[in-house]
Amino acid sequence: MPNVRIPTPLRKYTQGREEVTIAGQTVGSVLDGLEQSYPGIKERICDEAGKVRRFVNVFVGEDDIRFLDNLATAVKDSDEISIVPAIAGG
Amino acid sequence: MLPTGREQLLTDLRPARAVRTDSIVDLVGNTPLVRLHHIERDAPGVEIWAKCEFCNPAGSVKDRAALRIVRDALERGLLRPGVRLIDSTSGNTGIAYAMVGAALGVPVTLVMPENVSAPRKQVTTAYGVEIVYSSPMEGSDGAIRLAHELVEREPDRWHYADQYKNPNNPLAHYHTTAPEIWQQTGGRVTHFVTGIGTSGTVVGTSRRLHELDPAIRCIAIQPDDAMHGLEGMKHLPSSIVPAIYDPSVLDDTIWMPTDEGWDMAERLAKEEGLFVGHSSGGNVAGALRVAKQLSAEGRRGVVVTILCDRGDRYFVPLRWEKRYLW
Repeated sequence: MPNVRIPTPLRKYTQGREEVTIAGQTVGSVLDGLEQSYPGIKERICDEAGKVRRFVNVFVGEDDIRFLDNLATAVKDSDEISIVPAIAGG
Repeated sequence: MLPTGREQLLTDLRPARAVRTDSIVDLVGNTPLVRLHHIERDAPGVEIWAKCEFCNPAGSVKDRAALRIVRDALERGLLRPGVRLIDSTSGNTGIAYAMVGAALGVPVTLVMPENVSAPRKQVTTAYGVEIVYSSPMEGSDGAIRLAHELVEREPDRWHYADQYKNPNNPLAHYHTTAPEIWQQTGGRVTHFVTGIGTSGTVVGTSRRLHELDPAIRCIAIQPDDAMHGLEGMKHLPSSIVPAIYDPSVLDDTIWMPTDEGWDMAERLAKEEGLFVGHSSGGNVAGALRVAKQLSAEGRRGVVVTILCDRGDRYFVPLRWEKRYLW
């Protein structure tokens, strides 16, 4: 199952876990699975229309999904999905 | 009768920028104050002004703190040969240290989260600094922890500048930003509104403005959520709280949604010709909230905020060409 890397501000949903494995064939289905396991987390990543919020970056490996197929981007079991927020001050 | 300190400041008006100078670091500070005529139309009767901190030589408000921090360390003999200045940074302070370090001959090492924008990495590298990357998943707190570890491991190798703890960070604003605002508004400033990164700008400026006129309201801005997109701003409830943060000098805090700040950044470019970063957008959005409140109460006011840096610092060049959607 794909590995999902969770950033610090979202770890309160994952009981502090930095990485979780979630089944899914696309980034979108992995995020849905993430929500099932950790309720409340998806709305921090996606807006009401279900699209990734414009200030959140989701990567499959090294690639931003905006330059792939967004939430329809296919993922393999060996893939790593990273949810990367903006950087705080200083 | 001798003028009081606040009167003296008003008569000490200097030209906004030097026209000839010995060193690039002499160009830090004395930034222009620009009136936001189009934005302030939303709040009739209230003026909104912004400090153009992108006019600093390394392009951001952080030049002020970096210069004072490095000068202080040099004066106290903490940067003897073989010692490198090290600090954690999300970008702008790093660029500022890089410029000041190059100009004053101080070797610099920066600890930055790996996901800082490509332009920030490129600019700091151009000045010849060494960069150590921390985890992109841990944000600026991860960079702070890694800097601590490096310094603990080899204490003799480093001078840890620690912008989050260093009193020279707020002092830079106490001694420069606040008096400039006082002079540039002719002592008319009624409200000062700006975001918290290290909190150096808002704490230092507010402390001095309150001394000059206790009636001035000083208001901080924080992102409304831990998961936010106002790069450069800090959500303190979910972060390592900087030691220099002093809420006693603040009258209020505005909790800013990312979208409101981003929309204002776009509006500033289109309506005012000011292409600035998202934190500046958040700052002006906060200033406008304060101005609207005053206007709704039928009160006048002179609201001052900070334009931290330019928008082009956030370009991701190749991807921009692919119609990068923020």
